[in-house]
Amino acid sequence: MAVRRLAKEQPASFTFSAETLEKANWWIAKYPESRRQSAVIPILWLVQKQEGWVSEPAITAIAKLLGMPQIRVFEVATFYTMFMLEPVGSAALIQVCGTTPCMLRGSDALMKVCKEKIGPKDKLSKDGKFTWQEVECLGACCNAPMAQINDYFYEDLTPENLAQIIDDFAAGKSPKAGPYNGRHTSEPLGGAQTLLDPKLYDGSAAKAVKIPNAPEATSPGTEVKA
Amino acid sequence: MVGILEDKDRIFTNLYGFHDWGLEGAKQRGAWNSTKDILSYGAEWIITNVKNSGLRGRGGAGFSTGLKWSFMPKEVKDRPHYLVVNADESEPGTCKDREIMRHDPHLLIEGCLIASFSMQAHACYIYLRGEYVLERERMEAAVKQAYEAKLIGKNNVHGWDFDVYIHHGAGAYICGEETALLESLEGKKGQPRLKPPFPAGSGLYGCPTTVNNVESIAVVGTILRRGAAWFASFGAPNNAGTKLFCVSGHVNKPCNVEEAMSVPFRQLIEDHCGGIRGGWGNLKAVIPGGSSVPMITAEQCENLPMDFDSLRNLKSGLGTAAVIVMDKSTDLIRAIARLSYFYKHESCGQCTPCREGTGWMWRVMERMVKGDADPSEIDTLLEVTTQVEGHTICALGDAAAWPIQGLIRHFRHEIEDRITLYRSSKGNFAGHTIAAE
Repeated sequence: MAVRRLAKEQPASFTFSAETLEKANWWIAKYPESRRQSAVIPILWLVQKQEGWVSEPAITAIAKLLGMPQIRVFEVATFYTMFMLEPVGSAALIQVCGTTPCMLRGSDALMKVCKEKIGPKDKLSKDGKFTWQEVECLGACCNAPMAQINDYFYEDLTPENLAQIIDDFAAGKSPKAGPYNGRHTSEPLGGAQTLLDPKLYDGSAAKAVKIPNAPEATSPGTEVKA
Repeated sequence: MVGILEDKDRIFTNLYGFHDWGLEGAKQRGAWNSTKDILSYGAEWIITNVKNSGLRGRGGAGFSTGLKWSFMPKEVKDRPHYLVVNADESEPGTCKDREIMRHDPHLLIEGCLIASFSMQAHACYIYLRGEYVLERERMEAAVKQAYEAKLIGKNNVHGWDFDVYIHHGAGAYICGEETALLESLEGKKGQPRLKPPFPAGSGLYGCPTTVNNVESIAVVGTILRRGAAWFASFGAPNNAGTKLFCVSGHVNKPCNVEEAMSVPFRQLIEDHCGGIRGGWGNLKAVIPGGSSVPMITAEQCENLPMDFDSLRNLKSGLGTAAVIVMDKSTDLIRAIARLSYFYKHESCGQCTPCREGTGWMWRVMERMVKGDADPSEIDTLLEVTTQVEGHTICALGDAAAWPIQGLIRHFRHEIEDRITLYRSSKGNFAGHTIAAE
């Protein structure tokens, strides 16, 4: 567990933007009418996208929107670590994965770069542009070491790549996400050694097939019954 | 050919995303082919064939998928049935479901329809971890395509009304535990529920629910199209099928790859991953199934089939088939201490042994990294792991205990050496007991 508390300094109010509210209602419609609470995590996330972080007035507003006790939204906001409970860097929130698979491939060096260029972890940088954190496994271990920057994954990083990426964000650019060592995704470096058979992609797999073990009494195309 | 599985037998033909992830591309590669025929054979036929294929759940526990489906009530009564897909992929080392969702999303959606039909569910929620933003955008887009093509939705071409909803979390490993996931999906803290009742009796919103891993569901369409016997022909008995392996750590070319179950470890590493960094002789230890399973040594990897039963026999496990390789340069104590921090960070705090134990184990492990410990504390640590293990509602307590047990089982001497080294560097080392007086 981690100790997570709301920020000491809170804004006086919060208002859903029209866009956020529209998306919030789209989420609410995914769940049964009496289960609006199910949308609380997606809506907290939308609010974070709107404001950059989750404030106490926002929590109150979400509780009202979903018809939940405020404490229940508070509980969720403090339980889930993707919710930022204080303002973060305006240019980039950099979350370096530090768990063992990334550690084995050099996440220490990435965090050193962040420390040198941005400052101590979990603190807003002096210029207000950056926040960096060490986070737990982000699920891209074949592309380690990596970091999530704002919404997307930056993979197969070196300290040099990451330094450049930080500089680019500082300059107002949007550096591309994905692997930084020339890979497409998670194929072996130097090119895939499997999935090379052209027959997989010539459309032959789309031709009608006879399903093995089909029951004799039933012919294909009959009415579906559970 | 590399490895033992041929391209023609691979299910995830767009694993690396070199081809079109969209509906047209997916259809060209065989997705949604004859799905209607499959449904026309009925729920019982589907469940029997999934059982016969030998498919065991790909989320870590390895329970028979077909059998799990058969636990759902046979008739829908007052409460609707649900399928919930666990796409919370958070087990350190694991990064396979991500590739399915962003590159082969239609295989997953098709599998959701087939599985839901066989359990008489008209709705399915796919719960993605919050960090998978790109994957979520891709899944939403693919679901939209499926609706527009009338493959799912009301009055679809398959004749079974069916809705798929994408949901997401917000960074909590514990939500990979199925009942914590359901709590989270209901808009609460992700704290596991006591079982029984099991989800098949009372799951999402108190309704009959089955929770399956992404890979377990995404393989179903292809299994039924090609036949249970085809799938069962790969792997050792009781360990059937093809499997996505995620190889990370100290190999020359870390990658995801679909291989036949029971592929020898050495072949997996040497054929697909360019071998161990520094050569086979440089291998030190392997965590073979995601961070929760105990590590095994290089010697144990010599002739090791990568499957559920072989790894269980080594007191480890296949888990999610996330293979974390460590060469001789690795500080194993630190590698495990980092995992202890992970479990401390991710404990939901509900059960005392886990909430207190994970923090305690992590603090002791951090001292052991430095060597600032008494040799007798190794046994104390081992004892505490057994106090946590098996004494919590969910398996996170076990998962926090096992990596430490694996370390002590195989590399106790390294911890002892570290302590000796630390003491020898201190000149007048008085020891803890004396210092405490």
